[in-house]
Amino acid sequence: MKKTLLAAGVAAMMSATPAMAKTLVYCSEGSPEGFDPSLYTTGTTFDASSKPIYNRLVQFKPGTTELEPAIASSWEVSDDGLSVTFHLRDDVQFQTTDYFTPSRPLNADDIIWTFDRQMNEDNPYYQLANGSFEYFDSMSMGELIESIEKVDDHTVRFHLSEPNAPFIANLAMDFASIHSRQYEQQLLDEGTPELANQQPIGTGPFQFVNYQEDAAVRYQANPDYFRGKQPIDNLVFAITPDAQVRYQKLLANECQVMPYPNPADVSEMQQNDTIKVLSEPGLNVAYLAWNTIQKPFDNPQVRRALNMAINKQAIIDAVFQGAGQVAKNPIPPTMWGYNDEVQDDPYDPDRARKMLKDAGVDNLQMKIWAMPVQRPYMPNARRTAELMQADLQKIGVDAQIVTYEWGEYLQRAADKNHEGAIILGWTGDNGDPDNFMGTLLSCAGVGTSNNVAEWCYEPYEKLIQKARTLSDQDERAKLYKQAQVIFKEQAPWDTLAHSTVFMPLRDDVTGYVIDPLGLHSFEGVDIQQ
Amino acid sequence: MLKFVLVKLAQLVPTFIGVTIVAFAFIRLLPGDPILLMAGERGLTPERYAKLQAEYGFDRPLIVQYWDFLKGLLHGDLGNSLVTHSSVVNEFFSRFPATLELSIFALAFAVIIGLPAGVIAAIRRGRTLDHTIVGISLTGYSMPIFWWGLLLIMFFSGTLGWTPVSGRISFMYFIQPVTGFMTIDTLLAGNWDAFLSALHHLILPAIVLGTIPLAVIARQTRSSMLEVLGEDYVRTARAKGLSNFRVIMVHALRNALISVVTVIGLQVGLLLAGAILTETIFSWPGIGKWMIDAISRRDYPSVQGGLVLIAFLVMIVNLLVDVAYGVINPRIRH
Repeated sequence: MKKTLLAAGVAAMMSATPAMAKTLVYCSEGSPEGFDPSLYTTGTTFDASSKPIYNRLVQFKPGTTELEPAIASSWEVSDDGLSVTFHLRDDVQFQTTDYFTPSRPLNADDIIWTFDRQMNEDNPYYQLANGSFEYFDSMSMGELIESIEKVDDHTVRFHLSEPNAPFIANLAMDFASIHSRQYEQQLLDEGTPELANQQPIGTGPFQFVNYQEDAAVRYQANPDYFRGKQPIDNLVFAITPDAQVRYQKLLANECQVMPYPNPADVSEMQQNDTIKVLSEPGLNVAYLAWNTIQKPFDNPQVRRALNMAINKQAIIDAVFQGAGQVAKNPIPPTMWGYNDEVQDDPYDPDRARKMLKDAGVDNLQMKIWAMPVQRPYMPNARRTAELMQADLQKIGVDAQIVTYEWGEYLQRAADKNHEGAIILGWTGDNGDPDNFMGTLLSCAGVGTSNNVAEWCYEPYEKLIQKARTLSDQDERAKLYKQAQVIFKEQAPWDTLAHSTVFMPLRDDVTGYVIDPLGLHSFEGVDIQQ
Repeated sequence: MLKFVLVKLAQLVPTFIGVTIVAFAFIRLLPGDPILLMAGERGLTPERYAKLQAEYGFDRPLIVQYWDFLKGLLHGDLGNSLVTHSSVVNEFFSRFPATLELSIFALAFAVIIGLPAGVIAAIRRGRTLDHTIVGISLTGYSMPIFWWGLLLIMFFSGTLGWTPVSGRISFMYFIQPVTGFMTIDTLLAGNWDAFLSALHHLILPAIVLGTIPLAVIARQTRSSMLEVLGEDYVRTARAKGLSNFRVIMVHALRNALISVVTVIGLQVGLLLAGAILTETIFSWPGIGKWMIDAISRRDYPSVQGGLVLIAFLVMIVNLLVDVAYGVINPRIRH
């Protein structure tokens, strides 16, 4: 009898569901560090802050790295490339919550405030953060932006210190999320400026409701969103650090979307009728960087010979468990400017042995650095290093594997005189080829943890520098394609892999698009009921 | 009795100073630099690195940093987290009730099952039931928590659908924290359904966290009961014609409890250690998960502050156990 009543109750609840608010639960992998995206650098924090709550001047078209208008409806670059003018939409409202009610729509003052707080030492928010805006700094925005001019309420002009094509793409990044000047002034007046990091206000599709530390973040659809209210009413991030537990929650419909499945679970998920698994090549690269200023790795023929000795497909099969593809260029194939005509050095141990002999290298002993952590571009560096070690053994190279704690690994890698070859990788920030080919392989990166090949090669450098100053994308793409040919000939890296991103979700979730930059956005996502 | 408590308290002082040194040194002895970890692959220029070191005070001699830590501690200030910039004390105590609630339920589960199991095993010594209980408790004691947790989730939540997979309460309820104990806060809010949801969410994590203490308590109860049952006064009680139940429950168990209470007290440290893994599996927002995050980010103030607070709490519990011991057995006081 009891069971019947319970069943009737459950049935009544189920039938009442269509009238209930639509709630989507996302099993996120970790806790956000805060809700002010300018202060942080991790994807977990951006997923919970900049993506749902904020907008930027420009944005990446969903599922691509192409730029499209957002808060700015259009923009133009001056002929000398030294100023960029943005025309703002006039219908963008900041969110109304129980802790803030805006009295005006977004205007140029908010744009100027957003950047001022990250670059002006006198700004109280700059002082509050001890000037620690890591992403803004690492993209050299402080040096690049000379001043920002308010042309009128809906027009702002950025004056730059040098022409810089990736600048506009940088403004689509999370650190450039637009803050409300009015709200932050209100917090300053109340003597609680730190609340901007705990009770955020933005213009985005969802507004913040509350955060239960390490448990859940709740949002509700922003009724005043300039692209219209979202199809779902509530969005919940249920913080679930273990991938196996996330999978169980997805099966139990306790959440409808989960990131970062265990690679080993993916095929089982694909067999399940209630789950669909989206996948896409990630915007990343894993590589083995030879120290090109050290003998014998200063000789490109030696580097190419060693590259030919390593069986990359075997690494994809064994370490990535098929969830990746062999890389031949330093940028991923989904990025504009990718040169598909470049031929990768084939896996050919016999030729490799001969090339080494021709270069006069005999009984080579070297180190391979394996990082101690799993990264989006590399599931298991230690295992990768072991496979490489076995491959190199076959051509008579004795490789020793070394590893250090992650922070120390990066610090030691930054030392120009480090020994041997380093496994490392990169995930794109802004979809611009310069973010890979410039950041990781230009002369300015030598002696830092960015360019661990310590590679500074003039013909390549010239192309990269020129591409950075042009605003025409086709012209830039040509230069990057040429640079990839030089890169392959000179072989400062063995390009290893681009990993594949999997995104399991419940079958009734629609409108979800994988972000090539590795973040997770729920704008436009719906649940079919 | 007061003198006994005061002596015990005085003994805690050097221990506590030792704990502050260990907590301060532990996270710094681990390789890894919080500033470099924050920067990741993107790296930092040497100038920027030096600036951040100075801002966080890591460029000062260790002894100065330790002295500042001690001074802050005496004022109840453990500094701010390097990652969230919030006060470590607030972060700790906003999460501690979740861990405490889970530990209390786990301990209750361990005592309610473990104590009778130990008594029964002792009475049935050498019989099948005894061997079964001893065997199960040995298995429980050797159970890897992570594996055990996942197994229970997959069976009870996945296959049978009886229990929720993880979390502290269904996302349908948002209960404003008053005490931080979800079961109490839901009742204070007068939300009966939310209370049931909170209880429902406690079942699996409490079983997982309570498994090892259960095994320890069962084994300790069994051996101490066996010892007591062989004593002369038990034989006398039986000879006087008292019922078997009365002999066991009143004469034997009460005396056997002395060592069992000590063991239960010792479980508190074990529970907090076990909570780290249990909380990670069940996405339980307590201090275990918080400490793991803090250690992996080398968040010095959070790790050293958290360790000191945990040690302090364990010491207080042990003090209470000592006092309880003194109450049960007055001879200890002298």
